[in-house]
Amino acid sequence: MSDTHSSLVAHQFDDGVQQKQATTLGMWVFLITEIMFFGGLILAYTVYRVKYPEEFHHASKHLDYVMGTVNTCVLLCSSLTMAFAVHAAQEGKRKLTMIFIVVTMVLGAAFLGVKGWEYYTKYTDHLIPGPNYAINHLWEGALLPKTQIFFSLYFAMTGLHAFHMLIGLGLMTWLFVKTKRGRFSKEYYNPVEVCGLYWHFIDIVWIFLFPLLYLIDRSH
Amino acid sequence: MIEHSENHIVPKKTYYIVFATLMVLLFVTVAMAFVPLGPFNIYVAMAIAMTKGALVVLYFMHVRYSNRLIWVAAGAGFVWLVILIAFTLADYSSRGWIKVPGK
Repeated sequence: MSDTHSSLVAHQFDDGVQQKQATTLGMWVFLITEIMFFGGLILAYTVYRVKYPEEFHHASKHLDYVMGTVNTCVLLCSSLTMAFAVHAAQEGKRKLTMIFIVVTMVLGAAFLGVKGWEYYTKYTDHLIPGPNYAINHLWEGALLPKTQIFFSLYFAMTGLHAFHMLIGLGLMTWLFVKTKRGRFSKEYYNPVEVCGLYWHFIDIVWIFLFPLLYLIDRSH
Repeated sequence: MIEHSENHIVPKKTYYIVFATLMVLLFVTVAMAFVPLGPFNIYVAMAIAMTKGALVVLYFMHVRYSNRLIWVAAGAGFVWLVILIAFTLADYSSRGWIKVPGK
């Protein structure tokens, strides 16, 4: 064992650098599986959008793009505060790390609140697929029952995304407690770094979901 | 080439610039949805989304400052997603080109 080996380095690693590289790579491998997880839904979306372009166009206009834009802003802000949390952790500033983790959590919760309100309006508008779906609703004069496919995908994709946000909030809570207990330092902040990677990944998923679901040609 | 030390600290200014660019791109993508582009709407929307995604990956997720192994890992995820979608679309869009007897 070399003398640079401190208690912060798990015994299977040579040094802190190798440990950090392994941790980061591990998180990226997990994120690749996540890309494929969401990828399946994006694929289903693509196939059905090619098959039912009219239905997707009309159904998409029933989503509130203002709320979608606000939520994208909120999520981008949360990514910035997450980046600042990692930055503070790198500099060994414990209090600042805690503050940025809390701000990130507040923004994440705000996102879920807006999402919940949107779900509620879809419920009152009978746009949730199933027996109570507004099947006889006229979409600019046409009867388009296949719009249900759009809303099924909308709920599946945003639902899975929201579930990831909940996990993210859980991770942030755990990070907050660990930071408060002084478990991180300039030399060891790997959990903050990789939880940050996870949070930014959720942000990227939303960056793609937003135009796919809310912004299908609103010019007519 | 960028020096990658393992504890590279990205200056806060970089984060602010990336964040501002992401915000501008968000409003561009919303505005473009109201421009009648017909079938090109989706290409413009996806090009902007990919630019935003790349900015987040490179700067917020520190890939720009990471070692080559991380570059390969991040790239592989994207390449496999492209294969998944491109090959499936090749199948769906070419169905009906050739008449299959008995179908």
